[in-house]
Amino acid sequence: MKIAISAEGNSIEARVDPRFGRCEYFAIISEDKDQWEHISNSGAFAGGGAGIHTAQELVNRKVECVLTGRIGPNAMGVLQAAGIKVYTGASGTVREAFEQYKNGLLKQSLTANASLHEGMSRGRK
Amino acid sequence: MHIAIASGKGGTGKTTIATSLALAIKEQYQVQYIDCDVEEPNGHIFLKPEFTYKESVTVQVPRVDLSRCNFCGRCAEICAFHALAVLPGNVLSFVELCHSCGGCMYFCPEKAISSAEQEIGWIEGGLAEGIDFIQGRLKIGVAISPPLIQAVKNKRLPGAAVIADVSPGTSCPVIKAVEGADFCILVTESTPFGLHDLELAFGMIQELKVPGGVVINRSDGKDEDIERFCKDKGIPLLMKFPFSREIAVNYAKGLPLLAIKPQWKKDLIDLWRKCERMGRN
Repeated sequence: MKIAISAEGNSIEARVDPRFGRCEYFAIISEDKDQWEHISNSGAFAGGGAGIHTAQELVNRKVECVLTGRIGPNAMGVLQAAGIKVYTGASGTVREAFEQYKNGLLKQSLTANASLHEGMSRGRK
Repeated sequence: MHIAIASGKGGTGKTTIATSLALAIKEQYQVQYIDCDVEEPNGHIFLKPEFTYKESVTVQVPRVDLSRCNFCGRCAEICAFHALAVLPGNVLSFVELCHSCGGCMYFCPEKAISSAEQEIGWIEGGLAEGIDFIQGRLKIGVAISPPLIQAVKNKRLPGAAVIADVSPGTSCPVIKAVEGADFCILVTESTPFGLHDLELAFGMIQELKVPGGVVINRSDGKDEDIERFCKDKGIPLLMKFPFSREIAVNYAKGLPLLAIKPQWKKDLIDLWRKCERMGRN
């Protein structure tokens, strides 16, 4: 299983970026290989449609599961249609979020928990 | 002659001046009032037209034929607005983000994308005391208004005295409404906000190469900052409307300025003539 975690930096000690579409990095782990990969998110600076673009990137990378803080309706629509599982409410560092997930502490989301354009204010309400 | 009434700052009095200008000159000219503030058209409140027609305005958005699609992802890749997402076995289109450029159709190697009509709003029109009145009305939730503003502008009558009410700001809808006008009146107020946004609006009409002039509304007589700006930039100060509580009270009831101050009719006719002289022909 390939899991992507939205992150503020390119290491597993970086904090989880609460925004999905406009997060700066993704930490991607292939569970079977126990191997981390860090990619910068080209959707972070999209003029519009950041969530869609970011979701498309993860689809292209064959990610199967996403851990993040908040996610908007368009991105959620793409991930759901692609059959990618989404867990929201992740916090702390990337490593901690992954632990939370493994221990069943994150809840799987089937609907968006952020509104359109929310990530443009850096995830703050 | 097509005159756009714009401002940087909102609430300076664009509609006040546009509607009364139309009423003041309607005996001498064939007047057409076009409300290009399609997100919140409000000239109708003052001019009270009898609407006699309504037309839907649409834009072209992609329609994907999944039986022809090979899911290569090219369309999503080239879409600058991220209006398409290609998944294994499915293509999602987010038409509200589409700018109708046609790029996806052009680049699709399988020719699997055709265009579909998407309604973005309406044009409504009719007569208001002899004034040919037209307004655009953007559908709630639609993000892209320039195609609707263009559709409103396409209704301009050649040879008429066209008065276009424009939305505030200096972004795409304003540019779409002002571009191609023969003259632009920039309405401002003597406050730091008024001056700041006037500077932006002046920069915009310079870019668009539309000649313009300034009208100060609600003047309290202390207009030195605006006057200095006009002088420095060589932009004519066309007219001042003094602040008046009587105007504010009656305007709030939906009365046009000219109905409150009929004695200003001559000044408004003069304002139009000045614009005519300074505008492109």
